[in-house]
Amino acid sequence: MPRVKVKRNNPSLDMTPMVDLFFLLVTFFMLTATAREEEVVIVDTPSSVSEIKLPDANVITLTVDKNDRVFFGVDGQQTKKALLDKMASKYGVSFDEKESKTFSLLSNFGVPVNQLKSYLAMDGTERKNVNQPGIPLDSTNNQLRDWILETRKLNQKVVIAIKGDVDVSYSTVQKVIETLQDQKVNRFNLVTDMEARPKSL
Amino acid sequence: MAEIQEKASSGKGGKKRAKKHSTKIDMTPMVDLAALLITFFMLTTTFSKPQTMEINMPVKDDKPENQIPVKASNAMTIILGEDDKVFYYFGLGAPEENPEVIETDYSAAGIRKALVSPRVKSNPKMTVMIKPLETSRYKNMVDILDELRITDTKKFALVDITDTDKQLVKTKLGQ
Repeated sequence: MPRVKVKRNNPSLDMTPMVDLFFLLVTFFMLTATAREEEVVIVDTPSSVSEIKLPDANVITLTVDKNDRVFFGVDGQQTKKALLDKMASKYGVSFDEKESKTFSLLSNFGVPVNQLKSYLAMDGTERKNVNQPGIPLDSTNNQLRDWILETRKLNQKVVIAIKGDVDVSYSTVQKVIETLQDQKVNRFNLVTDMEARPKSL
Repeated sequence: MAEIQEKASSGKGGKKRAKKHSTKIDMTPMVDLAALLITFFMLTTTFSKPQTMEINMPVKDDKPENQIPVKASNAMTIILGEDDKVFYYFGLGAPEENPEVIETDYSAAGIRKALVSPRVKSNPKMTVMIKPLETSRYKNMVDILDELRITDTKKFALVDITDTDKQLVKTKLGQ
């Protein structure tokens, strides 16, 4: 009787193409992912059933924290540089190249224009720990209006989003909304968290 | 790398048997890692986008005489008070109307019930006016806008509070 040769299959399979594919995907996601912008304040946003996503670019974020401070943030390094120039000439302050560079890397800030120079001069950790007073928006000294106005002049496509804390008083939000309405901005976004829509009314 | 070393050793040692190294390496941990990274990046990219709620404010008209007033029968006023209290009444809140102010809350059985009541739903002209008190929280405003979205109320406006409304709330709380 001839011996039947059992063909032994090697159970290990060649994973090289799989690894290739995986690393391709990793590279893709790594490159497309934008680093999450560092927040100056932690804001607990209220939740809503709305499912609209905030656009990626051309967004002014007005963060209102629970101590009624308002922070201004806009995306785009070039926009920020140009914006700083405009604001500097408007308020009679000057910023050098290094400060302009630092400013273009900030995600948001909450200091009046006259304190901005010393704020930009700080180094990273110091800037993180400093207590920012918020951008003034009183009727006599409404710097927030100028920041928004200049940004809108530079970038007409800009969308305004208000990111308010759950506990912020309505009067502060009202002041921000009034500032926007003064410029005929009647359409804006409120940043919210996700919440499930109730099934029945 | 492995092959080069092998050659060197065989040249020196003479009759040493050349060990055959398998060129295959176990890629399983590498695949594990890659899959983990993929999952991480996929999840962070899709979930990092914040949700928003769009809001359109009524255009502020400089000439109040050009505005068409809302009829009292087509109006509902919601007042957002402090400590998460909500008050509502039908009508514009003029003192001669003597509106019945009802206190409620943000739960499903509270303001939502009032908004889906036949009085609101059967009247397509019904305009809901939201008047937050200065002492109310931002969350209250978002919550009420959310309720309007849930109940599919199309006509609504965020309006500044008036003194008569404040007085109405005061008398309601004083009771």
